[in-house]
Amino acid sequence: MDLKEKLVSSFLAFENSVDVDHPVHDIRSEAIKNFETKGFPSKKEEAWKYTSLNTLQKIDFSIFPKKESMLEYRDVKKYFLHEIDTFKIVFVDGVYSSFLSETTHDGVDVCLMSSALNKPMYKQIIDVYFNKIASKVDSMTSLNTAFSREGAYIYIPKNKIPKKPIEIVHFSTGNEAALLLQPRNLIIAEENAEMQIIERHQSLTANEVFTNSVTEIFAAKNANVDYYKVQNDLTTASLIDNTYIDQKDGSVVKVHTFSFGGKLTRNNLNFYQNGERIDSTMKGVTIIEEKQHVDHHTLVHHIQPNCESHQDYKGIYGENATGVFNGKIIVDKIAQKTNAFQQNNNILVSDKATINTKPQLEIFADDVKCSHGCTIGQLDEEALFYLQSRGIPKKEARALLMYAFANNVLESVRIPELKVRINKLIANKLGVRLGFDL
Amino acid sequence: MLKINNLHARVEDKEILKGINLTVNAGEVHAIMGPNGSGKSTLAAVIAGKEEFEVTEGEVFLEGENLEDTSPEDRAHKGVFLSFQYPVEIPGVSVTNFMKTAINESRKAKGLEDMPAKDMLKLIREKSELLEIDRKFLSRSLNEGFSGGEKKRNEIFQMAMLEPKLAILDETDSGLDIDALRIVANGVNKLKSKDNAVIVITHYQRLLEYIVPDFVHVLHNGKIVKSGNKDLALELEEKGYDWLKQETVI
Repeated sequence: MDLKEKLVSSFLAFENSVDVDHPVHDIRSEAIKNFETKGFPSKKEEAWKYTSLNTLQKIDFSIFPKKESMLEYRDVKKYFLHEIDTFKIVFVDGVYSSFLSETTHDGVDVCLMSSALNKPMYKQIIDVYFNKIASKVDSMTSLNTAFSREGAYIYIPKNKIPKKPIEIVHFSTGNEAALLLQPRNLIIAEENAEMQIIERHQSLTANEVFTNSVTEIFAAKNANVDYYKVQNDLTTASLIDNTYIDQKDGSVVKVHTFSFGGKLTRNNLNFYQNGERIDSTMKGVTIIEEKQHVDHHTLVHHIQPNCESHQDYKGIYGENATGVFNGKIIVDKIAQKTNAFQQNNNILVSDKATINTKPQLEIFADDVKCSHGCTIGQLDEEALFYLQSRGIPKKEARALLMYAFANNVLESVRIPELKVRINKLIANKLGVRLGFDL
Repeated sequence: MLKINNLHARVEDKEILKGINLTVNAGEVHAIMGPNGSGKSTLAAVIAGKEEFEVTEGEVFLEGENLEDTSPEDRAHKGVFLSFQYPVEIPGVSVTNFMKTAINESRKAKGLEDMPAKDMLKLIREKSELLEIDRKFLSRSLNEGFSGGEKKRNEIFQMAMLEPKLAILDETDSGLDIDALRIVANGVNKLKSKDNAVIVITHYQRLLEYIVPDFVHVLHNGKIVKSGNKDLALELEEKGYDWLKQETVI
């Protein structure tokens, strides 16, 4: 039985474990139909031309974990931003871990999707927001919607700011030979609300993991959301991240994606500007090697006038690594005075590494500023000689240059401890000790 | 200190240095002058070990040691310093952190521990005062957004920090106004001692009014065609290089 058939037939078993009378279940039923019709995306589709899911489909993934796994905090502490206090929503093999988590209902809700789906007090919010911005057409999103049951639920009311950043962490323990995870997150920032979120998926053993995640973010008028995705997983872990962001007047949403490892990583990041004076920012640093693959597909849909979008993605590809950047910008006819910027710069460290980069602009308004640029190059030999001539060995000199190349993406990280952490991850990735913390 | 014998070097198929002979003793200042394209910067880069250039014949000795197959970083550890004509920008790495890395890598190569932070700060303070460098400047990203003058001053600051045996200043005077030139020259003069040597590469005589050379060499078409004392620089300023070109033809 192939993975698609297995998933479709598992839906019946899944229905036994959820409330089928809940309105959300109609949404799930529609979604499984869409997935059944479309199946997994293939390389024949333009959007999946450079990213193949074929090998993943050959693996016999468990769809529901059989055993409950326990983790000790001290064993996984290093994956948290433990230098500072944070709220934590933690899942182990897809199951919520109350032991590792720190949730709250004190003025703000930082808790679970399962609670939001089951408790009557959240019903109204679920009716208004659930699956409202996520795609009903995309088959991977539909697959997630069909099996949506657990994930993070964050609701920040008007004018509120949570006391500390929120970490959403998914661990997989390897208790299953191969595990499919489908977390579903719903994040709502009401008017003037603010929050900072760090999301991480971490496999703890070399057993195969395939995560197909969907996150919906709603930023109301003047809300401010900072979202950091830290992707530094093992080479047996694959991730398809589908993130959909709905922004209203004056809201600011920034998403930073740090892709430092994984077997296959696909980031589908979609911004919809449903208001004016909106700022949408997407930044990314990708540093991969071996046979790893990272694909960034971004979309910004400028629907209303007077908005901005900024994209800045840097990639460093070594050995046999492959990368994709596809940045789509749509400017509707009424979206005058749009400012849309897009930049994608890449360094290929090895002859065998490849990157496919493509801007995709669809502009229907006439009074807009749009700029895009992409570069693919090697390290600057003159710069390398400069550093070596100061006594810095070649390996360290290369690392410094790569760090300098990625640097401006890090400047906008607003949690200082996270910035330090990312710098250390980069130094580790580059295999150097530079005598100071980058 | 430095001895160059019959040095030939090329980049790809183009021969640039065609038999250079030069001896520089400790305590001396040598100026190398010459028209554009004569091979001045190539000579500097070859001494510093730039791999792009292939040495086809001849040798470079530093304190009696043949530098053949020695990497640029190892040459730096042995005491060679090159002040670049076009210093490279390194965003996100401050001048201070860059110097810490450079100094500690050099110490590591000599089997020494990292320099204690307190000593490092003291050294940075002392040397930045010498070059009249503002403290704020040191926390800026290396060379990023620096003016031409700031870049050159920063080069000499690095030289002061690294205390090389042999310093090669490649067109350090280009892009400097007279005040910056004076500060840079003053820094170089203060760093000069009987134990080190300086090679000043320049197109113009102007810098040599401040850093007075013991010897002046004229490079033309990959060879040293004339050597003399500091008066040769004045003569060149007056007459240009054409008369030398004619002399070589004869």
